[in-house]
Amino acid sequence: MSINPALQGRTYPAGEPYVVGREKIREFAAAVKASHRAHYDPAAAAELGHADVVAPPTFAIIVAQRADAQLIQDPESGIDFSRVVHADQRFTHHRPIVAGDELVAELHVDQVRAMGGGAMITTRAEIATTAGDPVATTVSSLLVRGEDQ
Amino acid sequence: MPAIAFETLEKGQSIGGTTVRVNRADLVRYAGASGDFNPIHWNQRFAEEVGLPGVIAHGMFTMGSAVQLVSDWAGDPAAVIDYQTRFTKPVPVQDPAGSNPSDYAGTEIGIEGTIGALDAEARTARVDLTVTVEGQKVLVKAQALVQF
Repeated sequence: MSINPALQGRTYPAGEPYVVGREKIREFAAAVKASHRAHYDPAAAAELGHADVVAPPTFAIIVAQRADAQLIQDPESGIDFSRVVHADQRFTHHRPIVAGDELVAELHVDQVRAMGGGAMITTRAEIATTAGDPVATTVSSLLVRGEDQ
Repeated sequence: MPAIAFETLEKGQSIGGTTVRVNRADLVRYAGASGDFNPIHWNQRFAEEVGLPGVIAHGMFTMGSAVQLVSDWAGDPAAVIDYQTRFTKPVPVQDPAGSNPSDYAGTEIGIEGTIGALDAEARTARVDLTVTVEGQKVLVKAQALVQF
């Protein structure tokens, strides 16, 4: 198996806060070809009741993948990043992400299981503001392909 | 809050469809914007060496671009309170000889949305997305929950 099974149940504490920038939201929205004005124009976002430009529904992947990087870079994990395939993804938003937010993510390894010659690892990032208010929960499953796959 | 009246919605109703095109330049842009620099999304040689047919789109590019249909329908991207999918088939992104990499049309992704479930108590609508490339589904169980 290409992942250390002892990782299941492990938690990685939140690292440095991720500060959500207005330009980053615009850049990410453009990169996913999202044209809604609330991603770009603070006035359009304000009309919808948001304090600043609002992030696209998948923006939290930036914060989640930074948290995942701790796991992938952990020498104990045994994960070869070049053999990783994204298998599934879920975002649950407790409140919208807007420019100016300072976010932290605590990473939980919920499941590690063998899949053929490889392994599937499911991680959950609990994203909150630095003040402790819950913002989003993301769940990702990564398939680490075995050498013969 | 979405602009549409929740009471007018019916299960099975279409919310419409759209298409998104993706070329190699789009993948480089997505890599930079998201921080996901896995070389299978931009380096042909590397993608082939790890057993892929060639460069493939980030699953998160496909997922991220598909939900715009729902954001626009709802009128507020923040109305999408939950969004999930499984990635079942890679989306290959070609780089044909002689093409201009920055304006090559690229791979067409088809996106259709249907109301899969309504919860009158929670005032939510689940939009089921059908996301295809050349008629084949590339996302499975792509579901966005919209709060009214």
